[in-house]
Amino acid sequence: MSRQIPGMSVIVQGKTDLPVLKPYRLSMSAGPADLGFSRWLQGVNPLTFVAIAGLLLIWPVVVFAQGGYTTAQAFEALWRWLPFLVTSGFALNILISFFTMLLGTVAGILLGLGQIAPLKPLSRFSWFVTQLFRNSPWLVLLFIVMLAFPFEFQIGGTIFLIPDWIKAVFGLSLPIMANISEIVRGGIQSVPTGQWEAAESLAFTRRQTLWQIILPQCFKRMIPPWMNWYAILTMATPLVSLLGVEELVTLSRQAMEAEDNHPELLMPFFGFALVIFFLYCYPIAKWTLRLERKFAVKE
Amino acid sequence: MTTTNWTPAQPIVSIRDLHKSFGDLEVLKGISLDVMKGEVICVIGPSGSGKSTLIRCINALNPINSGSILVEGQEVHDPALDKLALRKKVGMVFQQYNLFPHKTALQNVMMAPLKVLKRPRDEVEKHARELMNRVNLQGKEDSYPGELSGGQQQRVAIARSLAMNPDVMLFDEVTAALDPETVKEVLLAIKDLAQSGMTCILVTHEMGFAREVADHIYFTDRGVIVEHGPPATFFTEAKDPRTQEFLSQIL
Repeated sequence: MSRQIPGMSVIVQGKTDLPVLKPYRLSMSAGPADLGFSRWLQGVNPLTFVAIAGLLLIWPVVVFAQGGYTTAQAFEALWRWLPFLVTSGFALNILISFFTMLLGTVAGILLGLGQIAPLKPLSRFSWFVTQLFRNSPWLVLLFIVMLAFPFEFQIGGTIFLIPDWIKAVFGLSLPIMANISEIVRGGIQSVPTGQWEAAESLAFTRRQTLWQIILPQCFKRMIPPWMNWYAILTMATPLVSLLGVEELVTLSRQAMEAEDNHPELLMPFFGFALVIFFLYCYPIAKWTLRLERKFAVKE
Repeated sequence: MTTTNWTPAQPIVSIRDLHKSFGDLEVLKGISLDVMKGEVICVIGPSGSGKSTLIRCINALNPINSGSILVEGQEVHDPALDKLALRKKVGMVFQQYNLFPHKTALQNVMMAPLKVLKRPRDEVEKHARELMNRVNLQGKEDSYPGELSGGQQQRVAIARSLAMNPDVMLFDEVTAALDPETVKEVLLAIKDLAQSGMTCILVTHEMGFAREVADHIYFTDRGVIVEHGPPATFFTEAKDPRTQEFLSQIL
């Protein structure tokens, strides 16, 4: 009774002596030091983006024949909206990314320490929470938090409104928390067990060992993957536009509507969003990999 | 903490019928031995005979299955035992040194007395510098472990253990990971320690050294003590064929 998904057919595993194309496998090893995203981003030639910008300039010319709206008019519209888009839109993306990272990091550190706790029920529980939120689609988590959480709460006689973007922060910080938890666990487990034993034989308590001997050794190693997740998160913040939070992408769409929805506006406006995210995240990716190399040499 | 009426006339470490398994693999099958205060004991034997496991049970790094280990009259594997109090009395040096890489040599030596015993810093530093001199590492105080040779690191590890003023020192194959030319400097440091009256339990492959410093030698094979005796007679008058075979391969 299964529905046929268009474009998918049953693939019969069989032997052949014909040359075959092996299935493409994404390497998805998600170890703590996996900086795949930063590596990809810093590997992008910045000229690529010059080329994209060039295409953006050509685009309105191409569609010019179909309408009366000119390139100059489209860019003039963007120019008019630009200060608003940056200060009200992109600023909110950054604000969301900051608070999400803050909340996700604090919760993630606690959860990561929970994962290595000697108390079995606690470590099991922390492991489960970590895996649950690491392996859930971000958008689903966002929908759950946005729709299931109250938009206001009452303390005493005062009603506090919870703005949409705060709820978005809660939603996004769940997967970030889970991934930071894995970074912490992986970092701690990368320290040889001999360090624990040496500290133990010197009568250090478990807590002293963790904070004074183990964590200082792996703290630096955790920074590059942590920054990698910050860049991924920042790139993911436009997801919240699907839920009506008035960040850059939502405001861009509203601005285009205010400009009578000329199709010529699409590329300048969304192209601008692309460029501003790139300008923000590219240096982070560069810096992440530089730190990773620096810490790697010291080991 | 439980009080005991242990006196220095009794064994400082007393092991009775010690059994230890890792899963289905029984590593120690009934070990008994006594160590008096100030004695130097060497445990020798082929690889996998349980020597390291034995020594690690003495400061409760490994739990045991049955039997008893008394250190100064206290049962090491009593669940009510204050393990920290035990470890303040028993120092341990490891094969892989296990120095803290983010601290200098001097900080490594000072860390436990400062943080665990909460002694005043000037007193701790003075003692630590004396210990660095004692293991012949003056001038290396501010070096990080990564900048020191294996032999130097191992001597820092010895000083780090001594900084806690232990009553018993455990050495777990401390020269096994070293370059041959640095083995001697580590053995000298241990010899100096042994001659100063420190109770030492050593697991070692250095037969010449064992012969020179040990008061008593235990030969273990497949989890039991096959034979033991003072070095003067142990090396020349071994009776058990397993001991004879082992010694013939080594000497």
